[in-house]
Amino acid sequence: MREALEGSQAIARAVSLCKPDVVAAYPITPQTHIVENISKLVAEGDLHTEFVSVESEFSAASVVLGAAAAGARAYTATASQGVLLMAEVLFNIAGMRIPLVMTVANRAVSAPLSIWNDHGDSMAVRDSGWIQLHAADNQEAVDTTIQAFRITQETELPVMVCMDGFILTHTLEVIDLPEQSVIDDFLPAFEFNRRLDPADPKSLGTLVDPGYFAEVRHSHHAAMQKALSVIKDTDSAWETATGRACGGLLTVEGDPGAAVGIVAMGSTVGTLRAGMAHTPEAGPAKLIKLRAFRPFPTQALIEATQGLDHLIVIDRAISPGLGGILGTEIAAILADVPNAPKIHNHALGLGGRDIPETIYADLIEAIKDPDAPLIFDADMAKLAPEDR
Amino acid sequence: MQDQARLAELRQKFGREPAAPSEPTAERTPREAQPRFRGLESGHRACQGCGEALAARLVMESAGPDVMVANATGCLEVFTTPWPQSAWRVPWIHSLFENSAAVASGMEAAMKAKGQNTKVLAFGGDGGTYDIGFQALSGMLERYHNILYVCYDNEAYMNTGIQRSSSTPHAATTTTSPAGKERMGKRHLKKDLLSIIAAHHIPYAASASVAYPQDLQRKVRYAMGIDGPTFLVVHSPCPLGWRHASALTIEVARKAVECGLFPLVELERGAVTNIMPIRQVRPVTDYLKLQGRFAHLTRDGDPRAQEERDHLQALADYNINVFGLAGDGDDPVDTSGITTVGRGGPLAGRPQ
Repeated sequence: MREALEGSQAIARAVSLCKPDVVAAYPITPQTHIVENISKLVAEGDLHTEFVSVESEFSAASVVLGAAAAGARAYTATASQGVLLMAEVLFNIAGMRIPLVMTVANRAVSAPLSIWNDHGDSMAVRDSGWIQLHAADNQEAVDTTIQAFRITQETELPVMVCMDGFILTHTLEVIDLPEQSVIDDFLPAFEFNRRLDPADPKSLGTLVDPGYFAEVRHSHHAAMQKALSVIKDTDSAWETATGRACGGLLTVEGDPGAAVGIVAMGSTVGTLRAGMAHTPEAGPAKLIKLRAFRPFPTQALIEATQGLDHLIVIDRAISPGLGGILGTEIAAILADVPNAPKIHNHALGLGGRDIPETIYADLIEAIKDPDAPLIFDADMAKLAPEDR
Repeated sequence: MQDQARLAELRQKFGREPAAPSEPTAERTPREAQPRFRGLESGHRACQGCGEALAARLVMESAGPDVMVANATGCLEVFTTPWPQSAWRVPWIHSLFENSAAVASGMEAAMKAKGQNTKVLAFGGDGGTYDIGFQALSGMLERYHNILYVCYDNEAYMNTGIQRSSSTPHAATTTTSPAGKERMGKRHLKKDLLSIIAAHHIPYAASASVAYPQDLQRKVRYAMGIDGPTFLVVHSPCPLGWRHASALTIEVARKAVECGLFPLVELERGAVTNIMPIRQVRPVTDYLKLQGRFAHLTRDGDPRAQEERDHLQALADYNINVFGLAGDGDDPVDTSGITTVGRGGPLAGRPQ
């Protein structure tokens, strides 16, 4: 059914359709509306779940860990500082291969304090071993959330659905929420075969000496690589069920013959689409929308960038002292690829800096400028001379 | 309440119910003659004389088998589960140091959501309870989860090699509160955790000691019967960290109770409802002199040692006064007579 819904409200409804047994969350802007809406669904009796209102994000992550280990479908959501406070638990959840789903309403990390969007939070837990999927719009966020519950069960890897804070979470869009029967057919009942069960007692999270640790990491890495096909197949199954896909691992749009490519994740993709349509004089480009950040679709990216002379990689976070995170990773992936495009890595929209449509033309123009800054939209005039 | 049919089924499966004697009783070992549910099996890697291992075994005997355990990082976790071995015969999970109360909250929420009533236990040492896991514990109590939280209190970070925690007694030496020319061990007081727990007004909170196993197990059984948050702190000597012979674990634990430094009390909804009286109150030096961690306090002719001894005696006297611990007659030794202690402490109108 098509309804005009705020992004957060749509996520709450999507989560509700997946019938989680346990939801635990702690409020943080811009995630708050998601848990408020879930609380309301519970209060009205529209969602039957154990909603655990915890005293910190640390406990939110710990509660869903315990719930999933005990055999419950579990969900949480957070952002920014909350992601960082959860960090220790997030690594633990992934290392123990506990299946659960979390929404990250992407927001900058303090200091300086900012409630606005960038990808600094989810990037900070890049190496936690979670699947990280980025939504470009709210329909994708809804569809990806539902898919995430299926992916996590199939892979025994936790799934983080990243959606840009405010830009998506607080924006009204027309959303098509599938009927309950569609979800019930798409999403099998939650099963976790290592669950805590007094009739078949198992010990989870034991001490592992150097004789086993490397093997645990190896199988985790292998599971992440296998998850690439699961993510793709789940999106195909979703398309069969609803007629709508989210773009599997990555999608390529724009001019297939263009010499310039642009890679972006999240809502920036929509801005670039609009820029491309409204400023044709800037020239054509192949727009690569990256949906799966972890596991990284290495092969798909190599294929998508073939024939390009230039590849602009847009980051919404940086690793100070090195550069853009996505840009650095893509440079490493393409390093051994013959005739790989030249990479132009820029960070944009940090701490909620608005990304206008004109960015499309500006980025293409900047290909000619070897001194174009890493943080593309930083205003040098606002800085002391020694900081420029 | 627990599902009695399921409990009977699990007891049958795990051999808690005494089987019909098929052999003459005389030929059976005492353990065979008293079959008990062993949630924590023997063969684990705890040190000789480990108070925590003993306490955990006693707790599991009384709590199991329809339980699941969330265990904080610490000795208990490490010595019971070196992969691929495990000493646990109940579902058991270790996540992190500071989140066993929160992980247990999730497990309990899962049980509620799925309509099951397996009781959830959360275990932590004093570091994981008094210090780093304190916030998660308070959250768990406030949210009123149906969980029994057990703190195995050995009064320091033993797993990392005896560092001071907020539960370390005043003046005890640890590797981070050593005694020297300028210091007489830990400068601060042992945190009064039970009062903080009591302030949450949960149905039941109690202290227990490995020196009094029947009392400990009675408290576990009582807590198991409550549908809500309950808390038990068990004084569990650590021969390595307290520096006493491993054969003296029980004696050291008993002396801590008998001198008043570790009062055994029960609180319901925050009010003291029962205490274990001390019939022959001993001076704290009887307790201190057994342990190397207090060796600097028993030196003759050191005025600082006398001052700290007086300080510890004052703390013990305070406990005895506040809880009305001084009683008549003989002290119970280990288990004998302990079940005769009635409910209803002086603050609840217990007859003096």
